[in-house]
Amino acid sequence: MNLNLKVWRQNSPEEKGQMVDYQLEGISEHMSFLEMMDVLNQKLINSGERPVAFDHDCREGICGSCSMFINGEAHGPVKGTTTCQLHMRSFKDGDTIFIEPFRANAFPVIKDLVINRSAFDRIQHSGGYISVNTSGNTQDANATPIPKENADLAMDAATCIGCGACVATCKNSSAMLFVGAKISQYALLPQGQVEAKDRAQNMVAQMDAEGFGNCTNTGACEVECPKGISLSNIARMNREFLNGSITE
Amino acid sequence: MLSKKQKFSSIGKKVLMALTGFFLMFFLLQHLSINLLSVVNADVFNKVSHFMGTNPVVQYVLQPVLIFSVVFHFAWGMVLEYQNNQARDVKYAKYKGNANATWMSRNMIISGLAVLAFLAIHFYDFWLPEINTKYIQGDMSGMKHGSDNFRYHEELVSKFAHQPIRVVLYIVAFMMLSLHLLHGFQSSFQTVGFNHSKYTPILKKLGNLFAIAVPLGFVIIAIYHYNSQPH
Repeated sequence: MNLNLKVWRQNSPEEKGQMVDYQLEGISEHMSFLEMMDVLNQKLINSGERPVAFDHDCREGICGSCSMFINGEAHGPVKGTTTCQLHMRSFKDGDTIFIEPFRANAFPVIKDLVINRSAFDRIQHSGGYISVNTSGNTQDANATPIPKENADLAMDAATCIGCGACVATCKNSSAMLFVGAKISQYALLPQGQVEAKDRAQNMVAQMDAEGFGNCTNTGACEVECPKGISLSNIARMNREFLNGSITE
Repeated sequence: MLSKKQKFSSIGKKVLMALTGFFLMFFLLQHLSINLLSVVNADVFNKVSHFMGTNPVVQYVLQPVLIFSVVFHFAWGMVLEYQNNQARDVKYAKYKGNANATWMSRNMIISGLAVLAFLAIHFYDFWLPEINTKYIQGDMSGMKHGSDNFRYHEELVSKFAHQPIRVVLYIVAFMMLSLHLLHGFQSSFQTVGFNHSKYTPILKKLGNLFAIAVPLGFVIIAIYHYNSQPH
């Protein structure tokens, strides 16, 4: 298939970027989207141009590295997948494809499609952990009985790969689905109770300090999340936050 | 009460929008219930209107809370919209908002501003004349000038009878209110932390019913009074 690509090119965080048009011929529908990007980059290298910088690592939907806002949607048109799991059979011959970085002031562009998602790391550092004694006599986590339903919900929340699609797709650039998931995975387990009162307070404060917008419950994040993280995690975060506020 | 720190956190802001939203939805239900009396029985409507217009608890407790909620909900909504816009300086060249969220949820500011514009007309029609009669002219009797009949029902009917432009404006405004409530009702519950696998789907259906039935009720009342006087 032949494609018209409109790709965001930006040399550095300081410089202004722009959309640049590229034509690609002979792309196989069996290629993954990132392989198509590899073909584009080989073509650019062969013609002496700078290849398009983009994040990728595992290429099997686990690491959360690949981002890209494709034709107006985070990770492209297929729901429940990351960009590396998107294949060219989702497009048609002659299509024009817009390829942009995930956009939010809290996710500044480093180069082309590569963004700085360290804001998520700082939110995690502010409370996304549990205190465990590592004296050598650490109790086996399985020794603590946990209701199956809670264990499943905590696991569902923990499947968040921190890709940032929720922020990218939210009209307000809100990070509440990510933070809700990271709070929920501990709030549902007995091991997470030690820091429970401060966790939501600190993580929400850090989220606000990073410059993410406010959630207006549009639900777009839940739809675009490659791991299907539920909005119920945001409601749980709100409960945890309010509980911490009132009993502080 | 929320402390200063929490009030200005992103969640604190949402909760304040939700709480004022809850109060305004309760007010809508109360307003509709009384207005429906105007269709059923003019005398009862007059009596209840007089009670609401002169009862000190309603006038000096509930009315100030209502005014605060209205002003706060609108002003805070606009502040939040501005802040949310500021969170993304460089906009997308292509953004498919309708691929993952409803028009209602993405455009609360549009439906909200439309309701605000309507409120200006509504205040001009009803609230300002009422304040003038009661608190500037000092006439708390509720009686029609030079008569011993209540004035409320007649005033209401006179605003709509043979007034097609006003009726159409009201219908458009209530359609916008309906769009606002279709998202706002269920969103308020999510914001205060209520999300349950069993009850949230029921709540969403209840929200849709509220968002359609309440504005429709007001529209039916306006159309009824438009036709209630002989042309």
